[in-house]
Amino acid sequence: MSAAAGQAPVLSVRNLCKNFGALAVTQSVSLDLYPGARLGLIGPNGAGKTTLVNLLTGMLAPNSGDIILNGETINGVRPEQRVKKGLVRTHQINTLLMEHTMRDNVAIAVAERRGFAWRTLRYGPQWRACLEEAHTYLAGLGVAGAGDRRVSELPYGQQRLLEIAIALSLKPKVLLLDEPGAGIPSTDSHIIDEALEKLPAEIAILLIEHDMDLVFRFARDITVLVQGAVLTSGTPAEIAKNPEVRAVYLGRSQQV
Amino acid sequence: MSDQTAVKPPLEFTPPGSGLASMQLRDAWHLLPWVIAIAFYFVADGFHSFGTNVLIMILFTLSLDLALGYAGIITLGHAAFFGIGAYTAGIVAVHMTTDPIAGLIVATILAGILGILTGMLILHTQGVAMFMLTLAIASMFYEVANQWRSLTGGDDGLTVPRSAPLLAYFGFAGFRFDFRGMTGYLYTLSVVFVWFVIAWRIVKSPFGRSLDGIRQNPRRMRAIGTPVWWRLVAMYGISAAMAGTAGALQAQATRLVGLTSLELQLSGIVAVMLVLGGERRLYGAFLGAAFFMAVQDWAAAVNPVYWMFVIGGLLMAVVLFLEGGLMGLLDKIFGMFAGKRVENGQASPVEAKAGDAK
Repeated sequence: MSAAAGQAPVLSVRNLCKNFGALAVTQSVSLDLYPGARLGLIGPNGAGKTTLVNLLTGMLAPNSGDIILNGETINGVRPEQRVKKGLVRTHQINTLLMEHTMRDNVAIAVAERRGFAWRTLRYGPQWRACLEEAHTYLAGLGVAGAGDRRVSELPYGQQRLLEIAIALSLKPKVLLLDEPGAGIPSTDSHIIDEALEKLPAEIAILLIEHDMDLVFRFARDITVLVQGAVLTSGTPAEIAKNPEVRAVYLGRSQQV
Repeated sequence: MSDQTAVKPPLEFTPPGSGLASMQLRDAWHLLPWVIAIAFYFVADGFHSFGTNVLIMILFTLSLDLALGYAGIITLGHAAFFGIGAYTAGIVAVHMTTDPIAGLIVATILAGILGILTGMLILHTQGVAMFMLTLAIASMFYEVANQWRSLTGGDDGLTVPRSAPLLAYFGFAGFRFDFRGMTGYLYTLSVVFVWFVIAWRIVKSPFGRSLDGIRQNPRRMRAIGTPVWWRLVAMYGISAAMAGTAGALQAQATRLVGLTSLELQLSGIVAVMLVLGGERRLYGAFLGAAFFMAVQDWAAAVNPVYWMFVIGGLLMAVVLFLEGGLMGLLDKIFGMFAGKRVENGQASPVEAKAGDAK
């Protein structure tokens, strides 16, 4: 891959396999994510994108293969421990605390990252610090003005941004963006574009997305997944020209 | 990042619930339940035992609010911990010491430990499975108490000796428990107050907020690195300990522990009290338990056979027409006077424009 020669990958996937019974949903997938990577993962419906995310985050256990984060094999590590080690995801479908304010949603994540979410005594100053830090993440995405509003009252686009703000507040080394543009009307898609542009450069990002335009604007490398296996990898230009990819995938969506 | 990060965070954040110290004048109503409870002591001629029972049920309901209301643990077996507390306090009084506080502490700790152990078992599950397991565990406790006659008296119940004077330490004579239950009332009120302050701290703390988050969306909490299971176990243990205290208080107040303290019906009644008063409000436990017991007392006097009809009808009315129980009703009434709705100490929604992402 084109990224940073000489640097060690921050996330490395080696020959990962997952079967549901006789159905092989992930077939010997290997990926490398270097610091600052912007890797797009595309593939038609049923290609195993979501399964791959679940394998990476630990919601599913692989049948074979290795997931290596910062040189450490994390196959058996529980999902919440992976988050603490810097592997963070956003969700295709908003997964938020709807009854809380936007700022509380982020502050709860900050408290968890700082490791004082067990606290029941003498938490005032630290909680205030969490709220202030939460504010900076919301401000970074331009939604601080709505920080005091309940998530359930917010427009969908802002809820999508909150997903990203929460993920950033966990200070990830690797960020898995699971269809950040899902559910946003194309007239508003600039909201997500702008948010993605502002993501800190040093984070390694894996973008799983259906919206081809978004992937081609954002990603510097693209991996194509078909029927659970990697079909090909390359720069956006190479992928766009690849006849195989066009056949299985782009041929259909370019009609849009 | 863009220049947006340069926006200085406003520093006037008042973290909701930095404790009792940060109370404003408008929060003075927090004193109201306690003022009423103390006033009751002076005016309730002959009703102190009734008042004590109400306080005990308030504490029990409060414990369920922590587990069911805040943490979303669907339990219909909370009487297990109430019963454990009651039997433990009774057995301690029979076999070891009649000092009330010693019995209370042993009962609380034992109920808490059993809460943690059974919690480790049931909190892997969700929904109906969890519900069934809480029922099963409560039934097992019931059967143990029923069979272990030498210790519990089986279905005859356990007669508890009168408690020794309260705080009779270091040569101090202590406060004697009188026949009218006046000392007992103040003793119970003090214990309820201590637990209330603890519960208040818990639900306002980062720990309590994370549990509120787990109730709303466990996937979200796992995605920010929360050890969901451990945190639920901890909260379940705290809730069980509190229920155990309530049971111990009842054993000491009524001086009789029976199998009813472990029955499914008690688990049901406490859930009714919670829903009646309003979940996740803490004070909902006060309103729900007091209202339920007052209505029960009145309805049983009017018609001793059909009083459950009244309770049932009442509950249906609350569930169908009163969102948030009696506390929700109070919100609406005060909301009408205040002209706006301020809930849970959170600021009312700011009129932020949807398009301020720009």
